[in-house]
Amino acid sequence: MATTTSPLSASWGARLQTQGLPILVILAATLIAWYALTVYLNAPGAIERVLDPKGPWGWRDLVDATLAMQRPVLPAPHQVALDLYSSLTDWPLDSPRNLLFHVAVTGQSTLVGFAMGTALGLVLSVCIVHSRTLDRALLPWIVASQSVPVLAIAPIVLVILGSMGFAGVAPKAVIAMYLCFFPVTVAMVQGLRSPQVIETEMMHTYAATRWQALWMLRLPAALPFLFPALRVGIAAGLVGAMVAELPTGAQAGLGARLLTGSYYGQTVQIWSALVMSALLGLALTAAMAALETAVLGPRRRA
Amino acid sequence: MSTHTPNQRPWLAGAWSLTALGLAMYFLFSSLAATDTPKDTLFWAATATLAVLAVLGIQRLAALEGSTWYALLTAAVFGLWILYFWQLLTVALDVPRVLLPAPWLIVVSLQEHLPVLGSDFVQTVVKAVLVGWLLGCGLGFGVALAIDRLPFLQRGLLPIASLTSTIPLVGVAPIAVMWFGFDWPSKAAVVVLMTFFPMLVSTLAGLKAADRLERELMHSYAASYGRTLWSLRLPSALPFIFSALKINATLALIGAIVAEFFGSPTSGLGFRISTEATRMNMPLVWAAVTVSAVTGSVAYALLAAWERRAAFWHPSVRGKK
Repeated sequence: MATTTSPLSASWGARLQTQGLPILVILAATLIAWYALTVYLNAPGAIERVLDPKGPWGWRDLVDATLAMQRPVLPAPHQVALDLYSSLTDWPLDSPRNLLFHVAVTGQSTLVGFAMGTALGLVLSVCIVHSRTLDRALLPWIVASQSVPVLAIAPIVLVILGSMGFAGVAPKAVIAMYLCFFPVTVAMVQGLRSPQVIETEMMHTYAATRWQALWMLRLPAALPFLFPALRVGIAAGLVGAMVAELPTGAQAGLGARLLTGSYYGQTVQIWSALVMSALLGLALTAAMAALETAVLGPRRRA
Repeated sequence: MSTHTPNQRPWLAGAWSLTALGLAMYFLFSSLAATDTPKDTLFWAATATLAVLAVLGIQRLAALEGSTWYALLTAAVFGLWILYFWQLLTVALDVPRVLLPAPWLIVVSLQEHLPVLGSDFVQTVVKAVLVGWLLGCGLGFGVALAIDRLPFLQRGLLPIASLTSTIPLVGVAPIAVMWFGFDWPSKAAVVVLMTFFPMLVSTLAGLKAADRLERELMHSYAASYGRTLWSLRLPSALPFIFSALKINATLALIGAIVAEFFGSPTSGLGFRISTEATRMNMPLVWAAVTVSAVTGSVAYALLAAWERRAAFWHPSVRGKK
């Protein structure tokens, strides 16, 4: 099957040299387009609320007004950056006004769920590879579930765990867990099967037990399959954790922050929460990539 | 690898599973007919026997070699057994509906609320998902073609586009609601954003998939850029494009449903799931989930069938049956 190029797959050093300039150009163009769009989208509101619709004002006044609105349709990049900066520096770490507090809440449930989902996926994939019955009966359903929006059952999980008395991290972690679990299982089954017949036969001639074959041959062979799945899984887990924060009464977490922002029309707050969740996603994936390099070395990446 | 000796007597295995299934059905209907029958030792002994029979039947089925139909049959029978025990145990143990409704209740709810779920389907799938998916995939493909001759832009866009897969893009839903209102256009906008980048990345990768040798052949034919694109590079990009179309179909469903969790008018699958979940009407929630799951699988199957027709010559398709 054709695969898309995976992010972070080439070494960053080489990338920076050939791609640094093009990326900078694209980012600069995006920034300029963002500012232009800010002026364009905020102009009607600015004319109505800040400037006098009839009174005299030049285009400079208009630009200044659109870039400094309280509740803009689209906040200017520097407004978002300032909001981020002030939330990080003006408030203590345990204050809900500090975005790092929300990052910690969401990141914690993501990581807990990710660890559980990965463990579950590893165990199940080992079982599937060693049991023809599970392989034939269960694996097709796990593969098929990848074309199904499994995130849709998040509210069900919340209700079930809520009625059983679980609150806080547990429901969010469970949702992140089952989102991580599917890609890890599918990739690990593929990876554990990747050794060639000749290699498994050699293990057989050495009279290796199943466990030895698993530990010495199959698991190492599966690692290049595992890490891309971990990257996919942790990104999916983050989305799951954020979605799980939506109906919880919106107290803490990046998802809750997005929702309260939209309730009160705080566009700048929404955008800074969005930027923060993007950064969290990038950081989590980068951590997976670093782990991959540490385990496999820079060359053996899949 | 397997310790089972390959069982090449399909009739025996079939008989095993069919007997067990028949027994199960009889048992199911008798226990459904009289829900107040005492759940005594006899009942549990029968249930345990049935479970053993089911496991043995599936083992036999799974051990069959040969036709791919056996594999399909095994998975299907396994699914039926899961449904069966789900029904049996939820009824027998009197599991609260909030925790886990019996499958039959879900079917009844599906049937009862068919008009509601139908309008939800139209709102979410026909409007938001289809429009967003077509626009997002079309835009991604178009942009990829447009920058095909601009390697500078490609080198700049590709890493950024690849990184977007790690970002929770669905978080833009509240912003989309502010810009495009509560109705389906805001959901379609989220879907466009989520599907655009995978399509862009895949198409760009696909356009590079043609061999150097093949390109040089086209060059020696004095084929123009457009001709090479049409006759060589686009066809060899097809598997990449289809893979993105399939991934995007799932992403689009997720995007639309989750965007509705953030706020929506009074219909839509995501809206139904989230509101009925807060009202604890779990059978209807499960019914809405079933609709979205079936939609996802059917979309995937349709795209896979289309791929087999369009890229029948490609090794990745020829390998499969």
